[in-house]
Amino acid sequence: MTTLQQRGLAPVRSVLDNGVRVIAKHSGATPAVTVHASFGAGTVFDPPHEPGVAHFVSRTIDRGTASHTAEEIAERLDYRGVALAITVNRHALSLVCTCLVEDLDQILDTFADIVMHPAFSDREVETRRGEIVTMIRQDEDNPAAMAAEGLLSLLYGAVHPYGRRPRGTVETVERISRSSLQAFHAARFTPDSLSLVMVGDLDAQRAIESASRVFAGWKTAAAPATKFPPIEPARERRVRVIPMMNKAQADIACGFTTITRSDPAFYAYWLMNNIFGEYSIGGRLGDSIRERQGMAYYVFSALDANVIPGPLLVRAGVNPANVDRALASIDEEIARMAAEGPTDRELAESRQFLIGSLPRRLETNVGIANFLQMVEYFDLGMDYDVRVPELLGRVTRDEVHAAARAVLDPSRAAVVVAGPYTGTP
Amino acid sequence: MYPDAATYNAGVGARSEGSDGRVYDEVLDNGLRVLVQEVRTAPLASVWCWYRVGSKNESPGLTGVSHWVEHMNFKGTTNIPRDKVKGIIEQFGGYWNGYTWIDQTTYTETASRDVLDRMLFIEAERMANCLYEPADCESERTVIISELQGGENDPDQLLDQELTATAFRAHPYGHPTIGWLSDLQTMTRDDLYGYYRRYYVPNNATLVIVGDVDRDDVLRRVGRHFGAIQPRDIAKVPPTREPEQLGERRVTVSRQGTTAYLKIGYHAPSVLDPDFFPLLVLDGVLTGAKGVNLWASFRTPAPQRSARLYRALVDGGFASAVNGGLVPTHEPFLYTISVTATEGTSLSVVEQTTLAQLDAVRRHGITEQELQKAKNQLRARLVFEGDCISNIAHQLGYFETIASWRLVPELAARVDGVTLQQVGEAAATRLKSTNRTIGWFDPQPPTDEEAPAVGEGAGAGPASGRTR
Repeated sequence: MTTLQQRGLAPVRSVLDNGVRVIAKHSGATPAVTVHASFGAGTVFDPPHEPGVAHFVSRTIDRGTASHTAEEIAERLDYRGVALAITVNRHALSLVCTCLVEDLDQILDTFADIVMHPAFSDREVETRRGEIVTMIRQDEDNPAAMAAEGLLSLLYGAVHPYGRRPRGTVETVERISRSSLQAFHAARFTPDSLSLVMVGDLDAQRAIESASRVFAGWKTAAAPATKFPPIEPARERRVRVIPMMNKAQADIACGFTTITRSDPAFYAYWLMNNIFGEYSIGGRLGDSIRERQGMAYYVFSALDANVIPGPLLVRAGVNPANVDRALASIDEEIARMAAEGPTDRELAESRQFLIGSLPRRLETNVGIANFLQMVEYFDLGMDYDVRVPELLGRVTRDEVHAAARAVLDPSRAAVVVAGPYTGTP
Repeated sequence: MYPDAATYNAGVGARSEGSDGRVYDEVLDNGLRVLVQEVRTAPLASVWCWYRVGSKNESPGLTGVSHWVEHMNFKGTTNIPRDKVKGIIEQFGGYWNGYTWIDQTTYTETASRDVLDRMLFIEAERMANCLYEPADCESERTVIISELQGGENDPDQLLDQELTATAFRAHPYGHPTIGWLSDLQTMTRDDLYGYYRRYYVPNNATLVIVGDVDRDDVLRRVGRHFGAIQPRDIAKVPPTREPEQLGERRVTVSRQGTTAYLKIGYHAPSVLDPDFFPLLVLDGVLTGAKGVNLWASFRTPAPQRSARLYRALVDGGFASAVNGGLVPTHEPFLYTISVTATEGTSLSVVEQTTLAQLDAVRRHGITEQELQKAKNQLRARLVFEGDCISNIAHQLGYFETIASWRLVPELAARVDGVTLQQVGEAAATRLKSTNRTIGWFDPQPPTDEEAPAVGEGAGAGPASGRTR
């Protein structure tokens, strides 16, 4: 229908001799470039006895290198209006920034210096430790954070890499030493674990040459392979209440383990989740709990199929007096979706939405960079954006219904309520 | 064909592929201002419809009505039955939403250019024909109270609300946009509908269309959808002016919690005051420049690692975060500095450290190098915040609602023209102790018989109708 969909993004992908993967895409909407570097260095790679190391690294890696102080790096980035955002999720640690085209080479030099030669100075480690402890205390006073963390622990078990607290605990963070950060860096920050995406107003070939200039000489041992413990299928409903009596509203989290991203059924699950808890304001969940019953400002579900079977999470914030009624309504929608599947109209609309929203997702440099990083991570192929309509188009109503039947079952749900609530749901 | 259409080369400090930067400005006979910009970077169109009504228009007893009205304007119209609302834009891959703040209420759709007509139809219906079914008003009452209570779970939002209410004694910027709880409990359907009918008229609105569109085609469609909507005079009440503050004010929130927060608010210049841009530069020096796009800029972190307050507070180990907030507004609002104390650091130490920095800048101004850095940051942010059609359209409508859209293409030059002396003068006059309110969130340890909190509503920031 559109030129974008006919030609697709058609990014240029190149693998340097040392294994660094570089993906570049020209986009001339603004005279800016987004640089998105992702390492296989997420929280699942925390040493089991030291949860919180990956997050700690994300807070310290850009605070000085072998040849530049933290102040020098800060000044260099700030002077160009660049804010480096470093985030960590379960699998990846990402460094993302947007800069003006004219500043790209300087920024790439700084990026490379940061990821290859971080200093982790004692002074910086101690200062950032104080910040991290404060962040953990804030999480512990945040019902939404407590509900989400509590649910993952219920679903995967407190020692599984998905079940541990991603920032660790105050106690584990107090113990993490400079040498733990260095060891994590040495193991996980390697050329073969880096994928570097650059999107903006520059020639793709030139972008790859720039990346090669700063990264081609980097040599380290390959990142060790990691095995994840198997996930036990749920046999019963598990419920946990985290009373937080100083709060005004309770947060509900409810969920299931699902499938891997490479499972051929993924596209049916994607559509099922959209119909169930995303489409418009929160899909069927939103229709019931927000629109018809007026119980919640937010209620939705999110699917995270990953390299291991990730979770499908339902989230809602409700008045404590409505917790029981909201949970009953969530269960009702879970059971109804499993029993009946979607209607033809729901399936058609969600399909149209997921396909039709692609040009919006791919409008900005940041949006394209996120998308290409996801494509690279799951090895979906550089033409994935043009294949999405067909991949979603061939999913049948029965397949979506089968996906719902396979995971949605109130009697096997994990449920957490965090907030001013002490009932027994 | 449109001899009155004023055109302006927007430029905004940067060329943009697929756009000549022109903004076409047309006013229909009924008073509706229409702004169109052709930007052909993606096969999309973004529509924003802005109303000059926000929580500053609310009187006691009706706080929160602007935002509640925004919610009700997603509940069906004479020609969009209630059960056809869901998916009306989504089935075409589109996004729609709205938000309400102190000066404005706005609604937006971004979708394929092929459904431009549908987007305009929705906005015309919203302006003229919303239903306000009593049952929908009731169910939305509890949704909004849930929004309020969710905000109240966040200590920083609670402190922001208390600080704002303390800083303003007379001007209606002082009450939260979400409203006070008791008003949300007692307002009636007729209050909502009356307010809607009063303010939702074409002569109080700005319609913005940006994207892969043709201006003549857009204006024809706009005329067809909006041309017959009748204008009506809005009885303008002379605005209350906030009297000059005579001394420092303080407010403390004592609630159970884990973390201490400090917030300092200074009465700030409006966007049309000559001090606004110097203060924007000063904020860049103190906490890193954020830009001026409420829809875009605050989603990405500010370049602040070398900023004065970051160095003193965060690198000094006293705080885990510091942020400055200066947003363009129609009337003088607040410049706020928000600090999260690190575990074990007392609020008085955090306050002393912050005030020492502010007093230094008030006495000695900033350096030439800091001025240049803050300008570089703002120049870059102005480019970054115009990276898609919805952000470009937002800025035109936002500035037209609080002042004039013609400020948008001038932003880069306004920043560039700021001098050291202007920043020094703005610091000296605006950062006086008599102009500030200091707020503490002083966390209390848990008690055994702590009852569930029932508060007065949180969130002085924009309230959003559909964001989840």
